[in-house]
Amino acid sequence: MGSIRIIKKSCTPSFQRWSNNKNRILDFGYEMQKLLKWISQSGNVGLRVLWLILHLAIAIWYFLLGVVQSVESFLIATDILKRYEALDISKVRYLAVVIHSEEARHLSKVFELLQWLADIGVKSVCLYDAEGVLKKNKEVIAERFSNAKLPEGAAVNGPLVTCRNLTMEFVSFADGKEAVVKAANYLFVKHYANGIKEKLQFTEPQMGEALGAIGSGGAEPDLLLIYGPTRCHLGFPAWRLRYTEIVHMGPLKSMSYGSLVKAIFKYTMVHQNYGS
Amino acid sequence: MEKRIGDQVSNLFEYLGSFLRKGIFSVLSVGPVPDHIAFIMDGNRRYAKKRNLLEGAGHRFGFLALTNMLRYCYELGVKYVTIYAFSIDNFKRRPEEVQSTMQLIQAKIEDLIREESMVNQYGVRIYFLGNLKLLSKPVRLAAERAMVATAGNTKAVLLICLAYTSTDEIVHAVQECCEEKRDRVRALESNGEGYGLTSPRGNKKDKSKRTIVVSDVEEHMYAAAVPDPDVIIRTSGETRLSNFLLWQSANCLLYSPSIFWPEIGFRHLVWAVLDFQRNFSYLKDKSKHS
Repeated sequence: MGSIRIIKKSCTPSFQRWSNNKNRILDFGYEMQKLLKWISQSGNVGLRVLWLILHLAIAIWYFLLGVVQSVESFLIATDILKRYEALDISKVRYLAVVIHSEEARHLSKVFELLQWLADIGVKSVCLYDAEGVLKKNKEVIAERFSNAKLPEGAAVNGPLVTCRNLTMEFVSFADGKEAVVKAANYLFVKHYANGIKEKLQFTEPQMGEALGAIGSGGAEPDLLLIYGPTRCHLGFPAWRLRYTEIVHMGPLKSMSYGSLVKAIFKYTMVHQNYGS
Repeated sequence: MEKRIGDQVSNLFEYLGSFLRKGIFSVLSVGPVPDHIAFIMDGNRRYAKKRNLLEGAGHRFGFLALTNMLRYCYELGVKYVTIYAFSIDNFKRRPEEVQSTMQLIQAKIEDLIREESMVNQYGVRIYFLGNLKLLSKPVRLAAERAMVATAGNTKAVLLICLAYTSTDEIVHAVQECCEEKRDRVRALESNGEGYGLTSPRGNKKDKSKRTIVVSDVEEHMYAAAVPDPDVIIRTSGETRLSNFLLWQSANCLLYSPSIFWPEIGFRHLVWAVLDFQRNFSYLKDKSKHS
């Protein structure tokens, strides 16, 4: 009985008008939603396009900068630009070179770089690549660099190799964080293992000594040259990087003698306050 | 009357500036945005000298530049910002200079935790990294108050490096690892279990028998609570890290604009973010392998 009354009521003209209006409102709302979605998608597309244009402009800028740098390094290498001739190499006591591991596999480029460094007068260089490619090939590099089989005169002292007046140290990612951990274990065994009760306070010299004891105690470089796609030191041992000037040279495949000279020259002109 | 018009005009410019910034940030946000940016605020004294200002004025302009940069970073959506406020090496400066810098730092910390400050506006939690025992008591207490006052903020994080050097951080972490291991060993011994201290091999389940590993050291770093920085920006064109975040910067982009710190502005942040986006895939790849 009740249900027949409800059905009768729903067939009245006013209810139908209300129902039609409701449908129109729903349709309108749906259309609005579609329109807003379209606007936001176009907005997103618009933003994406702007972003791509921005990055394209930057890529063009870097390309032009690269062209200018190539011309400048050509002028330096051919002695046309005289201002870099007064390079005082003695100010660079220890030079480090970080090479992107993929590029480090091109050993011919590495030999060329070492040759240039020797020509400029660098006496000690630290070669770093994260994966240890250079470390694995250190005998090959040393032999090729000295142009002969390693003579008895050439000292292969752990990570150090000396030939033709250039001492080379080969370092990898394992000499960074892993070395600090080994030093921590060394310090634990030295100071805590025999049950000393007093409160100890480790100092930085003790840490340095521990790193030396486990074989990762190299000197701190004055200047670090990065040959790779980005300006990032890729995990060079943190303990040795305190006040090192870091310069990005670009990829190894586009290295040039002129830019190397310019980078070293600019370093020799820098004055450090060391915080004071 | 004139002052009111002046205020309204400056409000309008501020509003326009903020609108333009939001527009540029929405374009930048199409690409990856750095999660963590670190600043080495170098060049305050040289800026004061260049502008013939009084000695302390450079630091005050520097603080203004800092507030602006923090605002821009948090608007862009950078979650963590670290600043190198005072190095252990800076204690070597003249005592009067150290004293006045410390007073400025204390005053600014107190400003930061006030109700209406930017820190509460953006929901920023403050941490202080460094050997805080080297600071004078009032500064240390102000720092502790700031950490407690902002502990409830969850939207972003500001890490202030005070009396900090990376080498000190590493030594401190190593010290804590050794002490933790000694305590574990003592606990085992007091339970009557035999133990070979010098033996490196051991059951993986028994943490105390194994040697200290990289993750142990990283857990005890001052900056353990946050991810490694994506970009480190050092002003005044200097290209060294000066003992800042050396451990954490293995896969971090280094950017050195040649302006002094008080001159840093919005465009430098935009350039740093664009540089980060250009190198993003390479850096992400490197950090996966390390």
